[in-house]
Amino acid sequence: MTEHVPLTGEDIALQIRNLDFYYGDFKGLKNVNLDIARNKVTAFIGPSGCGKSTLLRTFNRMYDLYPGQRAEGEIMFNDKNLLDKKQDVNMVRAKIGMVFQKPTPFPMTIYENIAFGVRLYERMSKSEMDDRVEWALRKAALWDEVNDKLGQSGLSLSGGQQQRLCIARAVAVKPEIVLLDEPTSALDPISTAKVEELVDELKTEYTIAMVTHNMQQAARISDYTAFMYLGELIEFGKTDELFVKPKKQQTEDYITGRFG
Amino acid sequence: MSLYTRRTWVNRFGIGLSMIAMAFGMAALMWILWTLFSKGFSAFTWDFFTKDTPAPGTPGGGLRNAIVGSGLILLATTFVSTPIGILAGIYLAEFGDRSRFASATRFVTDIMLSAPSIVIGLFVYALVVVTFGGFSGWAGSLSLALIAIPVVVRTTENMLRLVPSSLREAAFALGAPHWQVSLKVTLRAVKAGVVTGVLLAIARVTGETAPLLFTALSNQFFSTDMSKPMGNLPVVIFQFGMSPYDNWVQLAWGGSLLIALMVLAINVGARIIFRQKDNL
Repeated sequence: MTEHVPLTGEDIALQIRNLDFYYGDFKGLKNVNLDIARNKVTAFIGPSGCGKSTLLRTFNRMYDLYPGQRAEGEIMFNDKNLLDKKQDVNMVRAKIGMVFQKPTPFPMTIYENIAFGVRLYERMSKSEMDDRVEWALRKAALWDEVNDKLGQSGLSLSGGQQQRLCIARAVAVKPEIVLLDEPTSALDPISTAKVEELVDELKTEYTIAMVTHNMQQAARISDYTAFMYLGELIEFGKTDELFVKPKKQQTEDYITGRFG
Repeated sequence: MSLYTRRTWVNRFGIGLSMIAMAFGMAALMWILWTLFSKGFSAFTWDFFTKDTPAPGTPGGGLRNAIVGSGLILLATTFVSTPIGILAGIYLAEFGDRSRFASATRFVTDIMLSAPSIVIGLFVYALVVVTFGGFSGWAGSLSLALIAIPVVVRTTENMLRLVPSSLREAAFALGAPHWQVSLKVTLRAVKAGVVTGVLLAIARVTGETAPLLFTALSNQFFSTDMSKPMGNLPVVIFQFGMSPYDNWVQLAWGGSLLIALMVLAINVGARIIFRQKDNL
């Protein structure tokens, strides 16, 4: 069903080849082939249960936490297959960060929320850490709102602020790729707009892969869009082209709201 | 009678029954507290806290040796049972999960939770007191720890299971190793609940008498040597309460009130800590 569409004129950050995914006996992804362009935003859309989150969670081997879930195929990242059994999963996750649907601040101070991830892989002095925390919070457009209360609990922030804190936390460890799993579905419109602006700024330095339920959001902020249905990648291409002139009937039906 | 009036009456009847049941329970509790206060409060004198248990037929005396002994035994119990209980709870919730070893541990823990304390006392007596040739405060602490550990294990595990998997995933997504995720993120998220569990376990063993009879025994004299028999409140209450001497009986009432107040304080403390769970 899915033929591979090569990206022209792009630096490739992730190459997905012949990817199958199983939840026990159930096949959640069927032979997915896809390239994720560096420093671009790639959006994954499709109806619930189509496998878009599943696909995203293979990029940082999140599925490893759950026995019974397994992936077959290849995901090439810096010339190595991420799915290789010998691949150090923690190193993968340090390079490929993730932000989840619901904000998940750790039960510690705002400062510690950021510093926790940084300390895992870098040794630095207190003042360097202060700088890094400020840098990350500025990147997430949160600094002005929290700079006078870094010692407060991360849980004391509003939902939208918590989500930006999670983005700051992911950015602070300086990953190459940031995965966003429906990052705005639990947020109000104003917070959503802020996160969307943020994504647009972040792509100058990071590669972003984002799952979204919101087609307008995908159209607004992504460079490439992948439409998935029933575990298959139906269509993949430049966002402008996919939304204006979809090549597949299913894609057209979905984006015009005929199903999903 | 219309359906509505019928329902109103059934409702009143149900509430009435619940109120009676509550009053019954509260009355028993109040009665106990009242008895303890009326008979024991007069024992709270300066001597009660500063003098040691009197010899038979000697007037006066206090419970200093028993209070200090109980304190030391409980302190050692806390230091032993807290780390073991919490670590085992973390293992069950975060690492073992559904493995055979974890299921077996969970099963044994559940049995230990309902094991009669006198059996545990006898077990430690046979294992430690007989082997090492004597009653000791350490043996007392060990038997109390065996009762406290399962309580801590189960509360820690149950608390950790309440942590949403999204929080765990978020920590793993940063590339954190499993032990750091467990100790620094998930355990921290349920810190208040775990501390509450430890406090309730301590409250539970504070009044245990049977295990101490076989292990710490008692000591008429002041002693801080944990390797020797040690005075403690529950055993002194047991001995003095059934004695023919008035001053002994009076001291037993005072000791009972003291234990009740300690347990009450621990429970209230646990509630205060648990209520502050959103704070850091």
